Amino acid sequence: MAEAATREFLHNLYELPHTVKDACFRLGKTPESEREESQATFHNLFLHIHSVRVHVRTLKPTLTFGLGLMATASFVITIITGVLLMVYYKPSTDLAYQSIKDIHFTVSTGRFIRNIHRWSAQLMVLVVLLHMARVFFTASYKKPREFNWLVGLGLLVITLALSFTGYLLPWDQLAYWAITIGSNIANSPREFTDAIGITKFFDPGGFQKRLLLGANYVGQDALIRFYVLHVFVLPLALVTLLGVHFWRIRKDGGLAKPEDPPGGLAEWGGERRPVFQPLATKTYGLMALVKGKRPPVNRGPENTVMSWPHLFWAELSVFMVTVAVTLILSFYYDAPLKELANAAIPENPAKAPWYFLGIQELVSYSAFTGGLLIPVIVVVGLALIPFLDRRPGGEGTWFGTNNERSVFWQSLFFACAVTVGMLAFTVNYGWLRNWFPNIHQLWIIAINPGSLLVAIFAAWSLFILKRKDAVRLSAVSLFTCFLVGFTLLTYFATVHRGPNWHFYWWPSQWPVH
Amino acid sequence: MSRLDPPRLSRRSFLSLASLGSFFAALGTAAAGIFRLPNPAVLPGPVRRFKLGPPEQFSAGSETAFAEQNLVLFRDDEGFYAISSTCTHLGCTVARSKDGFACPCHGSRFDSKGSVIGGPAPRPLPWLEVSRAANGDLIVSADNEVPEDTRYRV
Repeated sequence: MAEAATREFLHNLYELPHTVKDACFRLGKTPESEREESQATFHNLFLHIHSVRVHVRTLKPTLTFGLGLMATASFVITIITGVLLMVYYKPSTDLAYQSIKDIHFTVSTGRFIRNIHRWSAQLMVLVVLLHMARVFFTASYKKPREFNWLVGLGLLVITLALSFTGYLLPWDQLAYWAITIGSNIANSPREFTDAIGITKFFDPGGFQKRLLLGANYVGQDALIRFYVLHVFVLPLALVTLLGVHFWRIRKDGGLAKPEDPPGGLAEWGGERRPVFQPLATKTYGLMALVKGKRPPVNRGPENTVMSWPHLFWAELSVFMVTVAVTLILSFYYDAPLKELANAAIPENPAKAPWYFLGIQELVSYSAFTGGLLIPVIVVVGLALIPFLDRRPGGEGTWFGTNNERSVFWQSLFFACAVTVGMLAFTVNYGWLRNWFPNIHQLWIIAINPGSLLVAIFAAWSLFILKRKDAVRLSAVSLFTCFLVGFTLLTYFATVHRGPNWHFYWWPSQWPVH
Repeated sequence: MSRLDPPRLSRRSFLSLASLGSFFAALGTAAAGIFRLPNPAVLPGPVRRFKLGPPEQFSAGSETAFAEQNLVLFRDDEGFYAISSTCTHLGCTVARSKDGFACPCHGSRFDSKGSVIGGPAPRPLPWLEVSRAANGDLIVSADNEVPEDTRYRV
């Protein structure tokens, strides 16, 4: 008996690698049949958020360009590198700057890891914006995806907040002055309450600033608040909303796509497959009736392919591309680190990160209008899109309804002309305060280049609504104007604004100081 | 009971509603408590009353910038006055320019008495209270604003 047990033990020991592998992976081998491919997908926690089969249209790279996934990938990269940076970073005004210097100059691979963190964060902001534009121009926010559009908007706001809070942590000149400006934008409702003289009784601005900084100035309290938001609160909120976002993609029936034509053939990988043709005599069970608009009569399940391997290859390659882009950028371009924060001498010019520079340009007209009012109007406007444009059509197709493309181009040129004209006028002639030094502040809050741009864009979209008689086209014109305005203001503030926020053709013309 | 009478609320649904209501009331109170904590009851920070030295140190017609204290001290024939150099727009520190003060961040411009002459600043630069310590040194209280053209005579 003892001998048999020994043999069994030795046998188990010999089989150990196989049994452990079988315990970890239920399928235990590369799937060979479609049944096994399904099992590979739904037996794995990380893969089972995908459906087992995926529609061939959604795999077409030009539908999505993989932007949503790229945003997720860059978020994963920031999480990994962020945790690594936390090993050395110390959130204290005395130590923060030195610890970043240590990371940059002393810690093995520290500089590279910090660069990756910064570049993937920048990539994330860019890609999230592009992803939103993709969803808009493919009309993918329409019923039943309205809620997911809102979730996506929440994710955009959290992404920007993550970026903003991360900006303070190095505690260098750039960080200090950008956050001083940012927190005073939170304070800017005072510009309005002061102008009508009610700040004593009602001071939302002061409340927001105190909540953000824990003090009246940017100091230790602000640093620890931003740190907690940056490494815990906001990532947690983002991961939670991201879960909801993915969940709703599945629940809303995958990516938005037009209905398949009844009958016909589907093309996939050079193959033409017959589309499911039901027999005329077929009666459908209840299970076909409980979900969806109607039973899948005349709609072809053969227009789908197995997620394993087709979808997973596509996702893996998007991940690889994202990693490659951040690695290359991080190898060649270092994340900046200026001098230690100095409350006496502001950075000149003190520029926010590029995605906030459009807002900074608006803020240079009026802090309240440009820093709070217009951003809030934009976010509310974006949130309303799926509820104001409710007519189905064009889902999952770029510029899917009639005339969308021409309205897009018209709006693009219109918005370019208006924005450039407004900037040129402001640079050359100044604004109300230069002409009437004693003018009441309320006039400047109400009428400035930023608020005029918003008003002109709104008027243009109403004009399109009247002229083209289609809500979707009006939405296209407004969204295009918003994109153009954002892009041009960002470009203008990045390149053409120098010391004292004066206009310069190129940064090389900045005076030496 | 006629058919037009509303159905009576049963004891069970009344209690359910009441418990649900108390649940949300508790949730609201908890949320209010959560938001009270990060709102500081006492604002930390140094006392912003600065001793700037004996008055004789500053000659008539002089102006002295105190970078760390973010203010400029002037003396003219009528007396002393101090102007804050924190921009009223978004809190950057203004620098002396040809015609007064200029802000590096968003291009606000002020004349040499702090009035806005251009850019987005909503208010003039504040004039600060000047007083004297027991030993005769000048004191500027950066938290106390005084009306424009207030002078402190020595």
